[in-house]
Amino acid sequence: MVPPARARKLAKVPFVELADGRLQGVVSSGSDIGRVYVSSVEAGTYAFSCSTNNNRPCGGARGTFCNHIRALIGEAVLQYGAGRVARYLKAEVAEGGEPDAQAITSVMTAALPSPGDRSAAAQVFSRFLRHLSYLELEPVTAPLPEMHWFPTTRAVA
Amino acid sequence: MRADLLTDAVDGLDEALAAVDGFDDALVDGLLRPQPRQAAGLTGLADALAASPLAARVAEAAEKTAAGVAGEDHFTALAGARTALLGSVHDALSARVAEVVGRPVAPEREAVPGGGGDDALGVNLLGAARGWLCDLARVGWRGMDHETVAGAAPVVSAMLSDPALRRLATLLDGFAAELAASCPGATLERVPVRRWADLWTRGMLLTLPGAARLTPVTEVSGRLLPLGVDVQEHATAVQAQVHAVFEPADGTASRLVRASVSAPKPDTVVGAGLWQVLRPRMSLLGALGEGRAMELDAMPVTAEGDLLWDDARARAGESADAFVTARVALPAASGCVTAPLDRHPARIAVPVLLEGYGVQEDEDGLAFLVAGERLAVDADRVPAAGPLTPEAVAGSAACLGLLRWDAGEFRLQPLAVERTVRKKPVAVHAGAWAGGTADKAGARAEKAATDAVTVLRERAGKLLRK
Ligand SMILES: [Zn+2]
Repeated sequence: MVPPARARKLAKVPFVELADGRLQGVVSSGSDIGRVYVSSVEAGTYAFSCSTNNNRPCGGARGTFCNHIRALIGEAVLQYGAGRVARYLKAEVAEGGEPDAQAITSVMTAALPSPGDRSAAAQVFSRFLRHLSYLELEPVTAPLPEMHWFPTTRAVA
Repeated sequence: MRADLLTDAVDGLDEALAAVDGFDDALVDGLLRPQPRQAAGLTGLADALAASPLAARVAEAAEKTAAGVAGEDHFTALAGARTALLGSVHDALSARVAEVVGRPVAPEREAVPGGGGDDALGVNLLGAARGWLCDLARVGWRGMDHETVAGAAPVVSAMLSDPALRRLATLLDGFAAELAASCPGATLERVPVRRWADLWTRGMLLTLPGAARLTPVTEVSGRLLPLGVDVQEHATAVQAQVHAVFEPADGTASRLVRASVSAPKPDTVVGAGLWQVLRPRMSLLGALGEGRAMELDAMPVTAEGDLLWDDARARAGESADAFVTARVALPAASGCVTAPLDRHPARIAVPVLLEGYGVQEDEDGLAFLVAGERLAVDADRVPAAGPLTPEAVAGSAACLGLLRWDAGEFRLQPLAVERTVRKKPVAVHAGAWAGGTADKAGARAEKAATDAVTVLRERAGKLLRK
C-alpha cells in the first residue's frame, strides 16, 4: 500500500512525481501564465534538466540546480515525505534526524552533478497532460469491487 | 452477535491458504525459469484443486509453468485456480459471519452472466492488459524494473476513457503505481506477497471478456436507509460505497444494499477533494451527510445488491438516524450474495452494530472486547475528511461498522460511533462531510481541495487543448 499524497498548494508546482528513475515535474513560470518549466533530477547521478514546455533551456540551470528544480524538490517532500524522496533519489542524508528538502538538496548539489540531456522533457510533459486528463473523466456508479484492496487511511505520506 | 465464533478456527482454512501461499511465493522470483521450490508451489496449487472441475487444466498449467514453457492460457488457468481456492475461503468465512450476525440469509438469486457484447477495441485492450500481467509474472516481483511497470500506462490510458472498462483500468492503474513506487524489485526490503498476487490474479481474470459484466439487473422502488460509507482510494482513483437497508415499497422483506460511486482523479486530489469529485454524481452522499433516507423509484439493482445509482430515480426522504436504522431495521435485513468470480476474503464487509464492549489499546493497536473476545478495530480505515477520529472510536459506547477479515483475523472498520456526552448519546459519522460541511476544519479542507482543482483545471485549460 502506498499512503496517499499529502495535500499541498499546486499553484507553483502543479505536478511532481517519482517515476522513470527521476524526480520530475512541472513548475509554473513566475512571470508568464502560459509558460511552464519541465524539471527533473535523476536518481543516483543527480543529473538535472530544466526547460520550458516549448523546449527552450532554462537560463538558471546551466551550472547547478535552478530555482525551479529547488521548488520541485521542496514540493516533492511535501507530497511524498522527505524519507521517500531521499530514498528514491539515493540522496540519503547523513546520520541523525529526519531529512528535509534543504538537506536533500544539499546532499545532491555537494556531489556537483552535471546537466543531463533534455530528451526526457517531452515525456514528462506528456505525463503531466495525462495526469490533467484525469480531471475530464466521468464518475461511474457501477461498483468497482477491486477498490476493496485500496482502503482509505487517515495516514499520509 | 455471537462474538465467540469470531475467534473459532475455520476448518480447512490453513490448508487452503498454504496452497495459495505456495503459488504466491512462486511469483516473487518470477515464472520465467522456475526453481524446484517454485515448482513445488505450483504443484501444491494444482493438488489443492485435484477434486474440482478445474483439476485437469490446472495440473497441465502447473506442469507447463514449472517447466518454464507456460503461455497466457496457462497463467489464466493458474489465476483461476487461485481464485477458486480463495473463493472457498470466502464462502467458509461468510458462513461464519452469517452465524455471528444471525441475520436472514440472502435468498438465492439467479447468477447467470448478464448480456452485452465486448467490442473489438475492448477485446484488444483486454489482450494488451493480459500481456502486461503475463510479463510481470515472468519477471516476478524481484525482477521488475521501471520499464516492466511502465508497460501498463498506455493500456490504462486507453481503457480509462471507456466506462465499460473502468473496473480493470482502475485496478491496473493503482497496481502499477504501487509497483512503480517499489522499483526496482531487486532492492525491495519486503515484498507484499499475498497482496500483489491478489491484485495480479484479479487483473488476469478481468482480462477475460465478459468477466466484469454485471449480474442481472432488476428495478426496485422503496425506502433506502443509509448506515454509513466506506471510502476506498489509491493515488489516481476513489470510490465511496454507501451501505444501506432497503425497504421495498411492495412490503416484501428488507435487504442490505450498496450504492457505489467512483472516479479517476489526479494524485493531488485528496481529503475533501475526494468528496468533491464524487458528490455531483450521487445525491445519496448529500443525504448521508444530512442523515436522511431516500425514496427510490425504479432504481436498477444487481443480483449482488449493488444499486446502479441514478439521481433521476431518487429523491430525499425523511430524516433517518443510522443508529436507529442499525437497531431497528438492520436485524431483519437479509445480506448480499457475492458473484462467483468476486468471492474473496477481502470482499467481506458486513454491517454490524456493536454495543456494550470494552476498549483495549496496546502495542497491537485498538481493539474492542466483545463478550470477552478481542476484535481488532481499523480506526484508520475512515476518510481523513470527516470527523470520525481514532480517539472518537476509542471513547465510544456504540459502534456501527463493517465486519471484515484481513491477515488471518476478523476486524472491524468503524462507520460511525456513539459517544456519551453529559449522559446523552452523540453520534459521529465517518461520512458526515460527504455532502459538505459547516465544520471549521472541514470547510478549510474543502477550500484547499477546491483551490487545488482550480489550479489544475486552469492549467489543463491552457495546455490540454493546444
Ligand atoms: Zn529552471
